[in-house]
Amino acid sequence: MLSKRVIPCLDVHDGRTVKGINFVDLIDAGDPVEQAKLYNDLGADEICFLDISATNEGRKTLFDIVSKVAERCFIPLTVGGGIKNNVDINILLKSGADKVSINSAAVFRPSLIKEASDSFGCQCIVLAIDAYKDQSNHKSGYNVSTHGGKTKTDIDALEWAIEGEKNGAGEILLTSMNADGTKLGYDIELTSKISTEVSIPVIASGGAGKPIDMVNVLNKGNASAVLAASIFHFGIYSIENVKKEMLKYRIPVRNTW
Amino acid sequence: MFVLIIDYGSGNIKSVYNSIKRTLHNINKFSEVKVSRNLSEIEKADKIILPGVGSFDQCMNRIRKIKDLVETLKEQVITKKKPFLGICVGMQILADYGYENQKTRGLSWINGDVKPIKNFLNSTQNLKIPHMGWNSLSIYKRNNLFNDITANDQFYFVHSYFFDIKHKKNIICNTQHGINIPAIVNQDNIFGFQFHPEKSGRSGLKILHNWLKLSL
Repeated sequence: MLSKRVIPCLDVHDGRTVKGINFVDLIDAGDPVEQAKLYNDLGADEICFLDISATNEGRKTLFDIVSKVAERCFIPLTVGGGIKNNVDINILLKSGADKVSINSAAVFRPSLIKEASDSFGCQCIVLAIDAYKDQSNHKSGYNVSTHGGKTKTDIDALEWAIEGEKNGAGEILLTSMNADGTKLGYDIELTSKISTEVSIPVIASGGAGKPIDMVNVLNKGNASAVLAASIFHFGIYSIENVKKEMLKYRIPVRNTW
Repeated sequence: MFVLIIDYGSGNIKSVYNSIKRTLHNINKFSEVKVSRNLSEIEKADKIILPGVGSFDQCMNRIRKIKDLVETLKEQVITKKKPFLGICVGMQILADYGYENQKTRGLSWINGDVKPIKNFLNSTQNLKIPHMGWNSLSIYKRNNLFNDITANDQFYFVHSYFFDIKHKKNIICNTQHGINIPAIVNQDNIFGFQFHPEKSGRSGLKILHNWLKLSL
């Protein structure tokens, strides 16, 4: 039986790992290569890098980091942030990324997902959706935002997810902008709405505060994987803590201890 | 030992290279691993790996585009019986036909066709496609490939199509995702892994180690 995945996410800014509380206050939490190796050894099922560098120099250090991580970690590596076209994707895959996650650029140019999927295969194209609650939205109740949540659009999150699947995304990384940084739990309603309507896997993201939050979004939100950053970085809970909690609720996990 | 990874323009060759390099180092430090599409290198190789990411038709087309590659592989693998490992789509193209995007003839080294998983699932199962993530193996034929591999070991899969094997004797082990999916297939010196050993952590490195040692 397929295990539910636990994925630590490292936000990388100019070659250093950071985690923003609601994407604003950045706290330095270390060296991304060392951290990735550590997570690999501690039982992460995948590692996700989100590059939040604003400059080209910052982005170049990312390729170097990805290739160093790929030499030492033999688990899937997803890289996102600032990907605009097939050229960017090609460099990342060649550096050693297994999947790339595409967010804002797909909103501005929806054909990007299709182009990327046709060229590199759907298995490596992750559609990242940053969704926020909007009371004037009478479809799913959630709209899509871009630029790390700074820019709101009136695109319905559910319709966007369905379109992404049609265009060839192999997976959806779904972040609740309302829950992100709160540590009050994932947005189960959002995750469930999207996951039941698409046939590709959905990774739940945003709001993890404790292991039971993961259990809830996997069980009630029908997520295939959970992503979290700060609770792992600051050693509040380990990946093993999370997996053991999942096992208690009979959720299949990859046993790594 | 000289291990050759065939470079035909498919995705994550670097990961396969890194994992083989790491594994070989523990077996014999005088071993060598190379990524190449040079036919004379393939002729020199002791073991040949065909990685694969992407679709069946794309993969076959790329291989056929490299002049004399199929003939050279046949000579080395079928006639000379060199140990061969196909990974993911690199395993699927061993089949007679693949049905991804369009019907495409494969290498026909192991009988069977590559079909969409979703056609075999019933809607109540509510399973996600692609079959993406870590899954365990049900082992039918214990052999040295599974040295040090236990029920706790899981392997990383990512695929929407599966190898519907014609003769059961070619299935070494299955994995389950709604249906039984051949995870390791074999015919004589030819092995195929549906999962990505290069992305399967310690378990993946162990099975690569075992494969590399099989015919030493």
